[in-house]
Amino acid sequence: MLETFNFRVILEYMPLFLSCFFATLWLSGAGLIGSFVMGIIACGMRIGRFKLLSRIAYVYIESIRSTPLLVQLFFFYFGLPSLGLRMSEASTGILALTLNSGAYMAEIIRAGVQSIPHGQVEAAVSSGLNYFQRMRCVILPQAIGVTLPPMLGQAIVLVKDSALLSLISLPELTRAGQIMTSERFMPAEGFLTSAVFYLVIYYFLKWLTHWSQRRLIYMQT
Amino acid sequence: MWGFYIEQLIHSLPFFLKGLWMTIAVSGLSLLAGTVIGFIWGIVRASRSRFAKPLIGAWVDVIRGTPFLVQIFIIFFLFPEIGIQLEAFPAAVIALTNLAACFICEIVAAGILSVPLGQKEAATSTGLNWFQQLRYVIMPQSMRVVLPPLVGQYVLLIKDSSVVSAIGVSDVTRVGWLTVQRIPQGLLVFGLVAVLYFVICYPLIQLSNRLEKRMSVGYTRGKE
Repeated sequence: MLETFNFRVILEYMPLFLSCFFATLWLSGAGLIGSFVMGIIACGMRIGRFKLLSRIAYVYIESIRSTPLLVQLFFFYFGLPSLGLRMSEASTGILALTLNSGAYMAEIIRAGVQSIPHGQVEAAVSSGLNYFQRMRCVILPQAIGVTLPPMLGQAIVLVKDSALLSLISLPELTRAGQIMTSERFMPAEGFLTSAVFYLVIYYFLKWLTHWSQRRLIYMQT
Repeated sequence: MWGFYIEQLIHSLPFFLKGLWMTIAVSGLSLLAGTVIGFIWGIVRASRSRFAKPLIGAWVDVIRGTPFLVQIFIIFFLFPEIGIQLEAFPAAVIALTNLAACFICEIVAAGILSVPLGQKEAATSTGLNWFQQLRYVIMPQSMRVVLPPLVGQYVLLIKDSSVVSAIGVSDVTRVGWLTVQRIPQGLLVFGLVAVLYFVICYPLIQLSNRLEKRMSVGYTRGKE
């Protein structure tokens, strides 16, 4: 296999891979921001005082966590048009990534918020801070230290999950491998090149996780 | 209109159950094999071997850093190039087994390392050999740390098994994809598929949560 490994074709396809690499970065970046916002909203609803909102957030989180992303993606991709909603592939993909990752983000944030001693909340209440102020000034700043490492872990998962968007024919890294496979029939070169690009992102995020953990320990001492 | 489609969907329900059976077969086989391999790798990874440990670590990193979809494409398309013809089903089982082994290996290694070193030293001085130490002292204690994330990992792997539909294994996701070509009601069809996954995964998630609570009860009591 290796003697037939064709680096020249990889070079020839490099522009495609690079543009797809940035597409992957863009899609997962948008998904990450979206899921962060979604996670904060869902977590706020889940631990808030309103029973109904808490119930809704619970159903959302558990149903997302119990079904595969691919099924959710197809659900939106094939389902929204039958409701008369036409969306581009990119927005459908980002929507699915946001909703999927948002449920996990909500759980991560909840674990972070609940890791804060109850006395902190009581002190904030007795200082006269309202719910929003408590979250903004007391709980969230402390929770970030606990939640940052698992959030970066979720970012790694999100980048890998964005590979599934190739199945609704979005041009991203895995799709680039598929295109190369179908045009030249070189699956080895195509998919291994995609894998290398994914590994670049993975090792960067892994390094970021280690770095942030070192920084946080430094800040705590 | 909806009534007609629902009736159609009920008619193709056996088709979906067949797909569900395929999903259970793929993930069941892979989880079984992956658990065995993952425990072996995890024991090696928690040991002090100088050669096997970094090798497994690097392999786990590569598998964790690339999407499962890419892995399954590589296995499905690359094995024929080196002369091994693979059907879609064995390719899917191999890919998912490997993925399972890599994640379970990390969980098991963390569990073993959570057992205090004094336990191992005590076991050594009692005259237990390596296997006996592992079997009677280390493993039973590490299970407390291993079990809850292990069950959670099973859920993730069962969900990941939906990706094997991309190489044509007729699992329940694939059945949904085929059905939606005939019944153009994505919400209904994939709603049904989602319900089928939910029925399997939701109880497992609850089990994982309950295990976590139970195991941590003993742990905090022991600490006090």
